[in-house]
Amino acid sequence: MSRESISNLTRGIIRENPIFVMLLGMCPTLGVSTSATNGLGMGLATMFVLILSNVFISAVKNLIPDIIRIPSFIVIIASFVTVIEMLMQAYIPVLYQALGIYIPLIVVNCIILGRAESFASKNNIWQSFLDGVGMGLGFTLALTILGSVREILGNGSIFGWSFIGENAHPMLLFIMPPGAFLALAGIIMVVNKLRGTK
Amino acid sequence: MSKKKQGVLRPVVTLVAIACLSAFILGYVHELTLEPIKRAKDNQELAAIAEVVGDFDNNPFAEKMTITTKNKKHKMVMYPARKDGALNSVAIKTYSNNGFGGRIELIVGFNVDGSIKNFKIISSHETPGLGTKVDEPRFKEQFKGFYPRRQVLKVKQDGGDIDAVTAATVSSRAVLKAIERAFSAFSNFNSGRDDE
Amino acid sequence: MAYLMIFITAIFVNNIILSQFLGICPFLGVSKRISTALGMGFAVMFVMTLATVVTFLIYYTFLQPYQLTFMTTVTFILVIASLVQMVELVIKKTSPALYQSLGIFLPLITTNCAVLGIAILTIQKNYTLLAGICYTLASAIGFTLAIVIFAGIRERLDRTDIPDALRGTPIVLISAALLSMAFMGFAGISY
Repeated sequence: MSRESISNLTRGIIRENPIFVMLLGMCPTLGVSTSATNGLGMGLATMFVLILSNVFISAVKNLIPDIIRIPSFIVIIASFVTVIEMLMQAYIPVLYQALGIYIPLIVVNCIILGRAESFASKNNIWQSFLDGVGMGLGFTLALTILGSVREILGNGSIFGWSFIGENAHPMLLFIMPPGAFLALAGIIMVVNKLRGTK
Repeated sequence: MSKKKQGVLRPVVTLVAIACLSAFILGYVHELTLEPIKRAKDNQELAAIAEVVGDFDNNPFAEKMTITTKNKKHKMVMYPARKDGALNSVAIKTYSNNGFGGRIELIVGFNVDGSIKNFKIISSHETPGLGTKVDEPRFKEQFKGFYPRRQVLKVKQDGGDIDAVTAATVSSRAVLKAIERAFSAFSNFNSGRDDE
Repeated sequence: MAYLMIFITAIFVNNIILSQFLGICPFLGVSKRISTALGMGFAVMFVMTLATVVTFLIYYTFLQPYQLTFMTTVTFILVIASLVQMVELVIKKTSPALYQSLGIFLPLITTNCAVLGIAILTIQKNYTLLAGICYTLASAIGFTLAIVIFAGIRERLDRTDIPDALRGTPIVLISAALLSMAFMGFAGISY
């Protein structure tokens, strides 16, 4: 793999992590990160759409006239989202129920339109694929971390496995709405600190 | 002029083409997943029925019937569970539109004497980790053997006998409402049966 | 009474930003000044109400009768995107003054998940058209309320000495958490 490919693949994971660094896709991030499993599921669903839309848009980029670029991208992305929504409903109904309204909202996730617009519409298929994988992994990683932190603090468990007793009271606040903001603030603080010392 | 015309035509054609393509693909996937989605829902429902009724050796799906509440306002489906031919409990599919995220559908199991056996949420849009806790043992334990005729099927804040899930009172209330509806339909059905 | 309940619940109890997490991007992005926050709020209110009415009619006249509900997401987002463009054109032609104040926010609204989210939720909740409008309007008011209050907090934050590690995003998120906690106090008034 060339250096460019490697850089396109790894950029999204840490250096330009969509959530921790670029602050994109905040709605699903805060909304579904109540448990590590939900975070992972949402991350994978988004990654799937991101890779497909990146590859597809990169493949047809020369056929689409400039002035209808955005509407076309939106239709393409919305189609992929609906496909994954139906597949999830059929084969992983449990996760489908847990993620609820946030699945159709993957359409308006700024990361996907953002990558389509700023990367896939300018680069070839292979590089767009790598970019999609990298950004998707970064998003999944961030969502899983956030979900884990909130689940550990707010529910005393991780991936559904409880490590505190029945009678212990976890900090419920962390799985409630304010906890989403607090946990994310804490993580970004740590990330900023780490990036600053590099 | 002709150049401008071309400039308008191409985007329109492209966009229409993309939209058609999208419609075809989605229609195709829809067809493909129609069966699995229905099967997933059925399986979920059958598993839910098995969870809320007692031992049974009949097929509750085959014997399902529609019952109504006393004021005839709500219709719901009831699945009888029989062991050796004798009815021992029923599962009733009920709903409430007052959940935190809208409609909640659940299956409630009643013993023949009208007490609650158990219930199971089959579809909801509640907040993950909060509203979804109405389907967890800590909340559900309270309902085992609960007798709606003698006890009050309301959360404690409203003067009832049920502890709502912390931070999910709305979801708890919606579940209670749905159970109450099912109970009303079941006792209506029962009283009709006694008259015979 | 039912409408009043929908109204109060959507503004305070289930505040679209602080408890449903829809529309977080503008909430964090366009909340540096009270005046811009107010402009964004009004633009969202206008587009959201219009979008819900149009998508509602489309859903119940085309999608549902012809069993095309699997096209919901695609249709809704396209309708919203074109609606935003049309509103922009109309305002630009008819009222330059209004365009001056709202115009810059309109393109940002297309990718505002609050608009699509509320349109879908209105359908999911089985509302009638009137209840749907009521719900949407209330959600938009809730959006405006939250973003304006938050802008007020951020204007103050600018003049405060903040620890280095918290500067930038973290302090903004912490303020949002506190505001969200305050709104949790409304939870008791539902029903």
